[in-house]
Amino acid sequence: MDLLSNLAMGFGVASSLANLAFCLIGVLLGTLIGVLPGIGATATIAMLLPITFQLEPVSSLIMLAGIYYGAQYGGSTTAILINMPGESSSAVTAIDGYQMARQGRAGTALAVAALGSFFAGSVATFLVAIFAPPLTAIALQFGAAEYFSLMVMGLVMSVALAHGSVLKALAMVVLGLLLGMVGTDVYTGAPRFTMGMTQFADGLNFVAVAVGVFGIAEILRNLEDEHDRQVMTKNITRLFPSREEFRQMIGPVLRGTGVGSVLGILPGGGAILAAFASYTVEKKLSKHPEEFGKGALAGVAGPESANNAGAQTSFIPLLTLGIPANPVMALMIGAMIIQGIVPGPNVVSEQPQLFWGIIASMWIGNLMLVVLNLPLIGLWVKLLTVPYFVLFPIIMAMCSIGVYSVNSNPYDLFAVAFFGLLGYVMSKLRCEPAPLLLGFVLGPLLEENLRRAMILSRGDPTTFVTRPISAGLLVLSLAILVLVFLPQIRKRRDEVFTESDA
Amino acid sequence: MSTKPKDGTDIAAGLLFMAIAAFFGWQGLGLEMGTSTRMGPGYFPMVLSGLLFLLGAVILVRAFGRPDDEPFGRVAWRGIAFILPAPIFFGLTVRGLGFVPALFITTLIAAQASLRMRPLPALILAVVVTILSTLIFSYGLGLPFRRFGPWLPL
Repeated sequence: MDLLSNLAMGFGVASSLANLAFCLIGVLLGTLIGVLPGIGATATIAMLLPITFQLEPVSSLIMLAGIYYGAQYGGSTTAILINMPGESSSAVTAIDGYQMARQGRAGTALAVAALGSFFAGSVATFLVAIFAPPLTAIALQFGAAEYFSLMVMGLVMSVALAHGSVLKALAMVVLGLLLGMVGTDVYTGAPRFTMGMTQFADGLNFVAVAVGVFGIAEILRNLEDEHDRQVMTKNITRLFPSREEFRQMIGPVLRGTGVGSVLGILPGGGAILAAFASYTVEKKLSKHPEEFGKGALAGVAGPESANNAGAQTSFIPLLTLGIPANPVMALMIGAMIIQGIVPGPNVVSEQPQLFWGIIASMWIGNLMLVVLNLPLIGLWVKLLTVPYFVLFPIIMAMCSIGVYSVNSNPYDLFAVAFFGLLGYVMSKLRCEPAPLLLGFVLGPLLEENLRRAMILSRGDPTTFVTRPISAGLLVLSLAILVLVFLPQIRKRRDEVFTESDA
Repeated sequence: MSTKPKDGTDIAAGLLFMAIAAFFGWQGLGLEMGTSTRMGPGYFPMVLSGLLFLLGAVILVRAFGRPDDEPFGRVAWRGIAFILPAPIFFGLTVRGLGFVPALFITTLIAAQASLRMRPLPALILAVVVTILSTLIFSYGLGLPFRRFGPWLPL
């Protein structure tokens, strides 16, 4: 069977000693940084991204994937132990996880999160392996118009899933697109928005923008208000769930995996949606809905599984179409481009080793998380007690080295400071950074495909609506936009996000 | 002064978006627009600038007649004053001073962002970070940094 032989090849690549080591380092580093409170998966990856550039493409992406899982797991740990979710996708975990920790069941909550994530991750990895190749076949038929429309849909989705005002999220996408225009125009070679600085001829450095908007801005936000954190460390006595608890978690884990796998594919940030959706489902199905919010096991098991399954399946649009589903995937695309790989449907046929290697390493990364991190929970918890004012100078040093190491261009460091400030101001104005980053990554691709499509159609803009796939995608984007602006939906959306903030 | 409610945050956001849009639009004036068949380098950016300006204006207008639902909160002035210069300093000096001294001072600058950091721990932290980073990045990963630059009389 094709699938099996491909998977075998992937495991061959991923389980070379060097790649296993990189995956391990990635998972450890990812957890290490991700466990630091207030630093989410996106910021973690942005900070660690430059380290991976020195490696070969396969190893570097394997390590990045490891960092991603580690960061996500680290985020769940802080959500449970100190009620500080690093990322909105683990915000749901904090609701019941923190309550469990307060009741002295922190160990159980952490173990349930890890086991649920592992199961969901394994299933979702298989789904990626099964569905990615046929989807690439479809993707290969995509022309410029389809790509354009697909990216529009991705951007619209990211707007719909952003916190707060839809209008502001839209504005952030457009701002991101504009920032993506900086640099030399691919068609004419004309420099754009470089303000005469040749250092920006290749465009703004992607790592600098990501580190600034996510990393530095988050450090500044954390410095606003320095107070002691209360860590639920003393209560970690028993790790493994009892038989009764095992029985309780099976249902939520299975449902969470299903919900997460489907929603993760959606462009624009499916994993966040998946966690919310799973929480709602569990609350509806539960015989004791009143327990939710007060430490319900299902409220941890379901969303954590959904979250991880979604994280996995969000690789599908990335690997098949080259379209990032969320900011993390946008970072992955940036990494691939720096490595000289053009993300998209050709990756499967041209670089099967890379493609299947990444898929296999997803599963290995998940396995490492369970095997390593469960015993190491004590160590991670210790890390939580390291005061923040010791951590952030270290992070700043790493960011500076990391960003400089990409191109050895001092201007990239100036860009980091600038985008750090911009990101901080934007967050003070309650504008989400995720749509901006997605716009920034997709900007050049969007423009290129728009221009190509217009040339191909001889200037006829109806090409976007007369080609069926393109029209379908645009109609879908429009429908999503209309939906988020409808009063009832808007109210509902506000409620969902408020619940997560609580 | 009118006592009508208004959302100060959104007013600022709207104005900021409009200002950025105007800046990009102004910078893009010199770029060739082209036609819709053969778009020039200025075409798409101009469309985006217009769109951003419009969105900013709508955000601004809608901010009036609605109370600010969330307080602005504190601003990390000290953080801004010390965190942001850190990478800038590193960029300015990494070639001249070299990796080791540049990183040492960068870490020291960043450490000043917190009120709780005392001078001695900051110094110790900067030394440890510099030694470990030099070992990892310069010796371990072999990144092509000059450890000590030409500005130093060594």
